[in-house]
Amino acid sequence: MPDTVINVEHLTRRFRRTTALDDVSLEVPAGTVMGLVGGNGAGKTTLIKHLLGLLKAKTGSVRVFGLDPVTDPVGVLGRIGYLSEDRDLPQWMRVDELMQFTRAYFPQWDETYAAQLREMFDLDPKQRVKSLSRGQTARLGLLTALAHRPPLLVLDEPSSGLDAVVRRDILAAIIRTVADEGRTVLFSSHLLDEVERVADRIAMLHNGKLVLSDELQTLLDGHTRLTLRFAEPCESQPSLPGALSCDGEGHEWTVICNGHVAELRTAAEKQDATIVEEAKPSLEEVFVARIHGGSRSDTPANS
Amino acid sequence: MQIHISPHDGVPIYQQIVNQVKYLTASGRLAAGEQLPPVRKLAEQVLVNPNTVARAYRELEQAGVLSTRRGAGVFVAEGVSPLSRREQNRILNERLDQLLAEARQMDVDIETLAKLLRQRNTKMGDGNS
Repeated sequence: MPDTVINVEHLTRRFRRTTALDDVSLEVPAGTVMGLVGGNGAGKTTLIKHLLGLLKAKTGSVRVFGLDPVTDPVGVLGRIGYLSEDRDLPQWMRVDELMQFTRAYFPQWDETYAAQLREMFDLDPKQRVKSLSRGQTARLGLLTALAHRPPLLVLDEPSSGLDAVVRRDILAAIIRTVADEGRTVLFSSHLLDEVERVADRIAMLHNGKLVLSDELQTLLDGHTRLTLRFAEPCESQPSLPGALSCDGEGHEWTVICNGHVAELRTAAEKQDATIVEEAKPSLEEVFVARIHGGSRSDTPANS
Repeated sequence: MQIHISPHDGVPIYQQIVNQVKYLTASGRLAAGEQLPPVRKLAEQVLVNPNTVARAYRELEQAGVLSTRRGAGVFVAEGVSPLSRREQNRILNERLDQLLAEARQMDVDIETLAKLLRQRNTKMGDGNS
């Protein structure tokens, strides 16, 4: 198996006038958990559809296990376990029928593991898919994605609309997958605290552009959250070079920056402000600063 | 060993694990020589990436809190390391700072506070004997 499981180069995709993906290049090394984050309509699902061969790359190239998912769907899809947000399973089938049906597509299907998962997820084999609760449907989808022990697990917004218990099952499945012989996971989510828990690497999409792609720890270590206290209350947002975002009112303002701490310290001194708190931001804070602070910032995103 | 990760407390996850293991050893809930769960097991238990747990274990080993025995697993280091004493101080100082801040707000001076502390200690001693 190549060391890079997913290799996307200069992928651009337009739907009529909107650009869904704009020159996206991304590599996912084997054995990592890649968290794909971005707001609604950022291009996450469009990117995933290219990986699955559901969309053909018109500009740029997409390789999964070194293969083109469009021309070699068997070689690619046979090695991917996929769970989509809408979990569109055939409604009329029973749980055991769906398991038999899915098994036919995957030579690697592990009958014992499938039965274990069914027990663990408390799924009744005789129940029809259409009568399953939302959570049980998600678990059944997860079962069919996991039971052939895929080298690559792709989850598109797996936690969306699910309760905490089912979300824990999904996180545990992700962790078990990587802990197991270095298999690879790519999952998109808007629940950033979940992403922060389980991801090794982060790819951040915004308006179809890849604005950030890095190891999670490097990304978090590189950013700093500073709280500044001004001697005089500021009526409007203070101008602070190096800040990705700036929020607050009156005497106290909080900024998120990527490096530039010394620069900010100098700027703060000049404006008669002291740094009262310095801490590491969460992924959510970095995300908000990058995506929503970007338009207000005087320093463009640069990593 | 119970570790609780809270995503919103502003401390990186590996650091939360490091702090909690240090706390557990400093407070005696993890005894010297006691074995810790393997990386993979703790990762599944607290639902974090296995590399994050591995990083926490590495830091704890460098700090002398844990030791790895090849093939056997990860254990709490033998003997009270100077760090765990430092760690005890850190935990106590945090509590003392809170106490001092409240005392100052109530205009209670340090002598009165020290007297109160001694009184409480005597009381606690009586209760135990």
